[in-house]
Amino acid sequence: MEKTTLDLNSVTVRFAGDSGDGMQLTGSQFTNTTALVGNDLSTLPDFPAEIRAPAGTTYGVSGFQLHFSSEDIHTPGDSPDLLVAMNPAALKVNLHDLKPGATIIVNTNSFDAKNLRLAEYNTNPLEDGSLQGFNVVHVPLTQLTSIALENSGLSAKEIARSKNFFALGMMYWLYSRPIELTLKWVEAKFKDHPQLAAANEKALKSGYYFGENTELFTTRYQVKPAKLQKGIYRNISGNEALALGFITASVKSGLPLFLGSYPITPASDILHELSKHKNFGVITFQAEDEIAAVSAAIGAAFSGALAITTTSGPGLALKTEAIGLAVMTELPIVIIDVQRGGPSTGLPTKTEQSDLMQAMYGRNGEAPIAVIAASSPADCFEVALEASRIAIKYMLPVMFLSDGYIANGSEPWKIPEPDDIPKIEVNFRYAEEDFQPYKRNENLVRPWALPGTPGLMHRIGGLEKANITGNVSYDPENHEFMVRLRAQKVKNIENDIPPLKIIGDEDADLLVVGWGGTYGAITEALENVRRTGKKAAQVHFRYLNPFPKNTGQILKKYKRILCPELNMGQLSKILTSEFNVVIESFTKIQGLPFKTSELMERIEKILGEKNNGRK
Amino acid sequence: MADKVEAKEVKLTAKDFASDQDVRWCPGCGDYSVLAQVQRSFPDLVGIKKEDIVWVSGIGCSSRFPYYMNTYGFHGIHGRAAAIATGVKLANPKLSVWVATGDGDLLSIGGNHFIHACRKNVDLKILLFNNRIYGLTKGQYSPTSEQGKITKTTPYGSVDYPFRAISLALGSRATFIARTLDRDVKHLQAMIKRAAEHKGLAFVEIYQNCVIYNDGAFDIYTNKETKDDHTLYLQHAKPMLFGKNKEKGIKLDGTKLKVININESDNSINDVLVHDEFDESPLYATLLAFMAENSDLPTPVGVFRQVFRLTYDEGVENQIAHIKAKKGEGDLEKFLFSANTWEVN
Repeated sequence: MEKTTLDLNSVTVRFAGDSGDGMQLTGSQFTNTTALVGNDLSTLPDFPAEIRAPAGTTYGVSGFQLHFSSEDIHTPGDSPDLLVAMNPAALKVNLHDLKPGATIIVNTNSFDAKNLRLAEYNTNPLEDGSLQGFNVVHVPLTQLTSIALENSGLSAKEIARSKNFFALGMMYWLYSRPIELTLKWVEAKFKDHPQLAAANEKALKSGYYFGENTELFTTRYQVKPAKLQKGIYRNISGNEALALGFITASVKSGLPLFLGSYPITPASDILHELSKHKNFGVITFQAEDEIAAVSAAIGAAFSGALAITTTSGPGLALKTEAIGLAVMTELPIVIIDVQRGGPSTGLPTKTEQSDLMQAMYGRNGEAPIAVIAASSPADCFEVALEASRIAIKYMLPVMFLSDGYIANGSEPWKIPEPDDIPKIEVNFRYAEEDFQPYKRNENLVRPWALPGTPGLMHRIGGLEKANITGNVSYDPENHEFMVRLRAQKVKNIENDIPPLKIIGDEDADLLVVGWGGTYGAITEALENVRRTGKKAAQVHFRYLNPFPKNTGQILKKYKRILCPELNMGQLSKILTSEFNVVIESFTKIQGLPFKTSELMERIEKILGEKNNGRK
Repeated sequence: MADKVEAKEVKLTAKDFASDQDVRWCPGCGDYSVLAQVQRSFPDLVGIKKEDIVWVSGIGCSSRFPYYMNTYGFHGIHGRAAAIATGVKLANPKLSVWVATGDGDLLSIGGNHFIHACRKNVDLKILLFNNRIYGLTKGQYSPTSEQGKITKTTPYGSVDYPFRAISLALGSRATFIARTLDRDVKHLQAMIKRAAEHKGLAFVEIYQNCVIYNDGAFDIYTNKETKDDHTLYLQHAKPMLFGKNKEKGIKLDGTKLKVININESDNSINDVLVHDEFDESPLYATLLAFMAENSDLPTPVGVFRQVFRLTYDEGVENQIAHIKAKKGEGDLEKFLFSANTWEVN
């Protein structure tokens, strides 16, 4: 059958099925292949907190969304053009997100009475006309997979488990992607199980050929490589980029990397990743709890390691007291908080930006620390380097805010040349002469004198210190002096960070202010709005404490300031109180990232108001 | 360094280990003795340089200890000494890392860190200053206070069952476990030295008198008139004898221990249990750990058990060395470019 190939600029697809259907694997395989084809891309894995929620239920549905394009893109896409629904529950949960007229590929074998009941469908949506307006492609996935694998020697259950590879093969054909990368992966993954390797290979190929031969598809699509900056790229998730960043910081500082951590979603992948790279001398200490994890990191910093601890909101709450100890002892550690929906256990697998206040102020006493945030998966690499640099240079704890969205999401990353990455200066103290543990340099930074150094024996601890000597002091004036000094030390970092950069129209009336993982959605929304000829400007904070020096000056330039956040307006409150400006807070607290369209709507509403947005 | 004359190692004295800070414990506190015996023992430690010693502590009276030692010191936060010390040791395994802690700090708020440090056999020396009371918070009962104890928080007597620190350490797989007394300075020094020599987690419970809130708690084990009948000094490969004239011995009767008089006609020294510090099974040491609570039996002090296992820090170091040998030293260039990559021209 003759089939036509249609060129597209940009496609958003979503794979959805039971949490045991292998949708995350299918999605990441499709992503890796798409990256190799050279498209720009952005992903949004979305899965339940339960590992294997009851099959067939709506709350057990796991999804993986991928936006890929021949152009520069910033988000995983608002609404899919195509949904692969492995069962009725997956259809039900995802239907309302789809673009009008979207294609839905359904596994018809799963639309039986039992699964329809579990998904709480009274009638079969494939038959009752409720999918009118969508392009529904009926594929008996389970059956086709069984036929393909009938001589594989596998059990019926094992065969059924391969249907995601059949679906993946079909999708590869539909979007003109090569299957080789996944074949290589299958070979490596199942190298000790040749039977499973053969079966998955067969399923994948059968899916691909099915696409080619079936009359269900008359058109296939092609998305040309994106015109990205020259260089060598790899696809990378936020957690991976973060781990790579800290290994790089370890090499560039010459300090051994020490990670104290306790497993917690969505930060555990960092611990997993760093545990693999012991040939870089990385010490990963899986502690008995969150407090031990940060305490061990503080101990390791005292011994001269590049010490970090990784966690999410609930774990950060537990680490609070120890972070205060690092403030008092003026030791360099990096605390990584991969934020998730809170409070309490909250939404473990969903994203949120609601730990900003905790990061800034969540300690007893006056205990400011440096706070920086990554804005995209790949940005986690650079922020890791920057967090390490600041912690070491200023001898203080640095909070690195990531979130579930950028931690699990991925995008192409232009790999930097290691030689182009600057060294991180480390100045251990060795000279005995004139040594005092709390005597400071021009940045108010005390010396880093390591146990094992002859002649520099000294004691540090959580009790208030006399400046210079570091001896315990209860003196009232000294306490006030030291509290202000520690705050000033954090403030001094502002002389050492780049100014805030305005993106878009400097002379606009509206400024959109963001921080962290909302960068992609805000950027895309503004690009779209500005393309229509309207004026708007954007700033995005990496440095949240201290803020860049020009922050107040920029904020005061604009007539209206909109601050979109995935919380109840935490940055808005901080900026309002720090800079005495009026901020319009735009918030969403659903465990999901902003959609570009939501932001555009809000921005356009402001721009459409009287006096070109002026109040 | 060619012009540097090989200096003869000068033997340090107790004074060399005293810092310039005024010691601020209550007059008569048992902590003074522990500090003095540590300072007296440390010059004898072979192969440990002063600058390689780190004292880590949590919160409580005993946790002020690091300030008084002229070594590296880290006064941490409540309960976390063992965790901080673990980080110190892992990041620099050549350090000799000591923890000064109390019964509240180690067994209540820091209980989790204690059992896991024991389990992992981190090469730490933990000195537990057990005074069976909260001192710095002014007199509340502790997890080692005896049941029925009247304190500020238990005016009608505590209803809790206390921890047996030794048996907790045994259950947590500590590789060196000992008990000693603040007032028996020679024995205390001996136990400090034994702990220092042990490779692996060494736990020493020190019965320490709090003069203000729990005065006399351990008098029975230290007073001239009572100590012979109530304190049993454990010595490896020696029969477990006590009493004024060493006339009493411990006999194993089934799975129970009992006291016999070896001068009585039915008994002889051959009936007395011979102490074995190195028994691989923890069962025997567990029997000894329970003696302290049995009023019919004396309370043992000395080394309950010492076994030898690879330490956690050695395990971590070895694994890194092994992986480096296998994969080669990490190469950043290769590492960053190692995934599936593609080129954009």
